[in-house]
Order: sequence, then C-alpha cells, then structure tokens
Amino acid sequence: MTEAILKVDDLKVSFATEDGVVQAVGGVSFELRAGEVLAIVGESGSGKSVTAQTITGLTRASNARITGSVTYRDRELNGLEDDQLRDVRGEQIAMVFQDPMSSLNPVYRVGDQITEMIRAHRDVSKHEAADRAVELLRSVGIPNPERRVRHYPHEFSGGMRQRVMIAMALALEPDVLIADEPTTALDVTVQAQILRLLDDLNRERDLAIILITHDLGVVAEIADRVLVMYAGQIVENATLDETFYDPQHPYTWGLLGSLMRLDQTRGARLAQIPGQPPSLLAPPQGCRFAPRCSHRFDKCDEPPPLEARVGGDHLDRCWLDPEEKKTRRAQVIS
Amino acid sequence: MSKGDPLLEVTDLVKHFPIKSGVIIDREVARVRAVDGVSLTLHEGETLGLVGESGCGKSTLCRAILQLTQPSSGSVKFLGEELVGRSHRDLRPLRRQMQMIFQDPFASLNPRKRVGQIIGDPLQLHGLSSGAELKRRVQELLDRVGLSPEHYNRYPHEFSGGQRQRIGIARALALHPKFIVADEPVSALDVSVQAQIINLLKELQDEFGLSYLFVAHDLGVVRHVSDRVAVMYLGKVVENSDTEDLFRKPIHPYTNALLSAVPIPDPKRNAARERLVLQGDVPSPIDPPPGCSFHTRCPWATEVCTTDEPALLEHAAAHVAACHHPRNVEHAAV
Repeated sequence: MTEAILKVDDLKVSFATEDGVVQAVGGVSFELRAGEVLAIVGESGSGKSVTAQTITGLTRASNARITGSVTYRDRELNGLEDDQLRDVRGEQIAMVFQDPMSSLNPVYRVGDQITEMIRAHRDVSKHEAADRAVELLRSVGIPNPERRVRHYPHEFSGGMRQRVMIAMALALEPDVLIADEPTTALDVTVQAQILRLLDDLNRERDLAIILITHDLGVVAEIADRVLVMYAGQIVENATLDETFYDPQHPYTWGLLGSLMRLDQTRGARLAQIPGQPPSLLAPPQGCRFAPRCSHRFDKCDEPPPLEARVGGDHLDRCWLDPEEKKTRRAQVIS
Repeated sequence: MSKGDPLLEVTDLVKHFPIKSGVIIDREVARVRAVDGVSLTLHEGETLGLVGESGCGKSTLCRAILQLTQPSSGSVKFLGEELVGRSHRDLRPLRRQMQMIFQDPFASLNPRKRVGQIIGDPLQLHGLSSGAELKRRVQELLDRVGLSPEHYNRYPHEFSGGQRQRIGIARALALHPKFIVADEPVSALDVSVQAQIINLLKELQDEFGLSYLFVAHDLGVVRHVSDRVAVMYLGKVVENSDTEDLFRKPIHPYTNALLSAVPIPDPKRNAARERLVLQGDVPSPIDPPPGCSFHTRCPWATEVCTTDEPALLEHAAAHVAACHHPRNVEHAAV
C-alpha cells in the first residue's frame, strides 16, 4: 500500500453566525494516498465542501474556528501563515470548483489568467508562460489551443470552461487535485468527457484526486475509496466495492436505495429516507442519523465512533451488529 | 401503452425567438429555433417524459404548450380544444385543468406571501372557494402533500427545498387539474429528498388520475416515472417511444449516447459496459447544422446526414426516431 500524502485528523470547523455557532464539520479524519481517487459523498450541508476547502485554507475567516490537523507530506497546514500556505496551494494541492464561470475572471483572456498564475509561482518569462498555457490547454483536450488562449471565458461552453479550470489547476504540477462537484453543472454527455479526463490524469500523472460529489454514479465511475458524510461527520469510509456491495451504515443504504437507476426494474416505490438532515446549529446528541433511521435502538442515544466493525480498513459509525445489518440491509437494497 | 383517450395533442409546434438589431428600426438578424416542429400526444393518466440537454428546448416547449409563451405556429389541442391563438380570457377556464410545477423551489414561491395564500390564491381567483372553506381546503392539501396543516401561516423561507417543492405541488393540485407539467421538479433536490417527491407525485397520479408531462435531464428519474419518453435535441424530438423500449433498444444515436453517458451507480456493471463518449458540445440553436442536426457529433454520420433531414419514422411498434442510420433495429432503413 502506498503512503498517505495527505492526512486529516479530527478536523472541526465551525462558523459563528447570527443564529448561533454552526458546526459545519464535526471531527473528520481520513487519509489520501498517492495516486488515489477519494470520493466524498453527501447531501447539501453535509460538510463535504467545507472539509475540502479547509484543507487548502479557503474557509479561514474571522467568524470561523478551525481545530484539528491537516498534514501534507508531514507538513502541518492548519495554522500555517497565509504566504507559506500559498506555496502549498496550487503548487502541491490544486482545486477545481463546481461553477467554472464564476471561478474564471470574465474580463481577462483565458491564456492571460493561466500565464498570470504560472508567473505568480515560477520565475519564467511571459513568453515561456504563454507557451506553457497553450500546452496545458492542449493537454486537457481543448481544440485549437493556440487560438483559444486569446479567448474570453464567455466564449467557452460549460464543459470547455471546466477544462480550462482543470488546465489551470495542473499548471504547477500538483500531486493532489481537489475537485468540488466538477461535473454537477454540466450535461451528462459533457460530464462523461470531464470524468474521462480526470480519470486519464489520475492514471497518466499519478495525480491523487479528492472528488466531492452527491452523485453515486460519478463515484462508481472513477473513485477508489469513498467517504460518506452526514451532518458534518464521516459515517462510512470504505473502498469503492465495499461501499456499493457491503455498505455498513443505514444512511449509505438509504442513499443507494433512493437512486433511480437505469439498470434496474422500474415502477417500484423508491426506498426514501424520511425527514431531512438535522440543523448543524444543534446536531442530535447521539448518532446524528438516528432521528431519520428506521433501525435505531436504545444505544443510538450515545454517539457511535467511526471504527472498523467488519474488519480491514472499512470504517463506519453505526452501533448495529454487522450480522444483524446484513438482514436489515437486504430490505432496502437488492 | 395508452391508458385512455388523448388528453393533449401537440402538432408541429414551433417557437422561434427573433434576435433583433438596429438603431431606430429593429431588424430581425437571426432567430433562435428553440422549438422547431414538435409533435406529441399525451393520454389520460399517462406520464410522458421529456429528456434532453440544456438548451434543447424542453422548457420552451412546456411553456408553449401551456400558452405561457405564444407559439410561432403549430397546434396544441387539450381535451379536444385548440389552445393556440386563444385570448387570455378564453383560456382561463382551461387553465384550471393545466398546472405547472417548477424546477426552482426557491424562485417559484412568492417570499412575501404565506403558504396559505400561495396555495389558496388559485382557488380564490377561480372563485371556487373562500373564507373558512378555503382555509379548510388548503389545510387538506397541505396534509395531502405531506406537510402539516399548522404550516398554513408560515412563509416559504421557513421551509427546506423538499418542503417547498411540496408547497408547489399543493398549489398545482388546488384546482383539481387533469394535466400537470412538471419542469425538472426534482433536479434542485438532494437524492434522498428526490425519492420522497417522486413517490409523492406517483401517489397523487394514482389518486387523482393525473397526466404528467415530466421534464428532466436525469434519465434515471425519467425512466422511473414515465410511461413514454420523448428525446429532444436542438428543438426537435429525435426519438419517442414506450419507456422500456427506449431504454432497452434506443434507436437514435443521440439517445444511445445519452444512455451511455449516464454513470451507473454500480462499479462492476459500470466497468463492464461499453461506453460511447460524444465529442464536442451541442451546436447553437441560432444556426443549427443542416441535414440531421446531430450529424456534427454523431459517430455514424455519413454524407446523407449532412444534407437531408431525417423524418420521424416508426422503426418498431410505437417507437419513432429521426435517423438515417438507426441503431438496434433489424432492417436498417437508409
């Protein structure tokens, strides 16, 4: 097994708001290995984006409280000065966001934006940087890159803009790419193109990817390992196959059961998860999923730890006995 | 699969938006062919799914059918009566029978009105109910869509996305319509909430004998709810068939590509299937390609596709497609 290049340990992020303190991330720990594609799945408000943004220091704000540790190759990132963090951000860990239009500056040519980014980090001439920009656009599959560097963001389609964002993220040859819902705003046929590109980058450059998504189909397509998040916590951490074929947490079952899939008989009523996620102003004291869980029992009043209950490194946060789970799970997912 | 008489008959419906330019006198310089000759039939109690990528004209078609925008030409017959060309006053009695559920549960509810007003207004406007009777009726509706009658005096911002969508559904149901256009009713919602709303829509259909025109870009959702499915590309229906046939034996290359692009949330099946990843983006509807509008992205396109527009032909029982090189049919007609 390859070494972990990024370690997150007991990360907690809370924001002071008018209504009270929102505990967006409540103690998240995981490791990312070199060349791995790690998917973080969860619904809106589960804390998946805040976790990812905190890794690169993007959630630092006067109303934010961040505790715990984020280490990149044994270097602690949490608490690092902004200018030191800048050496890591972009150089070693790059990010791509959901909405490529609002992540690009609309009044600058695409090539100039890439060139500027390269020159902010590397001591190269304008000319060299511009050549590199063309090269980058070519490498992410943009046709006619020599001409396209002179275009403005609005002249690109959604899929092409996302390619530009990926090109820019790759400019400094990072080993980790954090992609926050990179295909959510795109149509399926374009989504397939972008996923293929990410998959190629992962294989060819050994680029480790943290992919944040709410779409389990996207996860099945490219992930190696999956973290399922609910109400600011990881409820399950398992390999891709374990997540789909041996899921341990009732929330994961609910997610899998409520999918409308193309490869199954239709017409049957969907297994829905009743209710809605809890408010993070005052999350439930015990298991955070308990109020919506149809399998809860007395023990669920105590918060379950995230630990290996079925052996190996398959972690989950549920008190139920693993044997008992097998029979109950069969009622939700086939 | 017809469940009764045609409720809605759309014939050769066209909606073009002129693009004007000029200093004093506006001159039409081009036109956006949003809907370019669409014919559809919807039977009572049936759900017709409408799929396609962004910009293919799905939403414009819905609006043109409901006369929310004036069609450029063509005919829409609802309950045997022609809707195109009628005055607002003439349309009013028919509008009661046709309602709409919108995509964005945030933008489609007036933030300054209480839930009771939002749902009760249509009843009052049509003079169907007032006073205490109105309140009782609205509370019944709230109860029916899974909200609590006590929500009567609340404002939309006090509800989550899924709950707001329930309010929108209650409003659409208030007038006991026969026909509901649901324009991407679940795409703004999380998966577990999507399942709740889809289950609710199905229950209501059985209970009130509703017919749905169900628009979505998510093929899994469309397959789950629809009896028939129409696939749109650049303002035209390119394939229309019984749901099972469409998903088992898609004829049009575009439908094949769409189905192939949807990731299946099952890692093994996903890896095992053959993928058809389309190149490029959807062309502009201002200047659609000549001949078959899909030929620019079609892997099977030949000379004839660039010059002759294919007609919608019946390739299998009740399964029409517009293609010179149909897939999954035994005797390919050229």
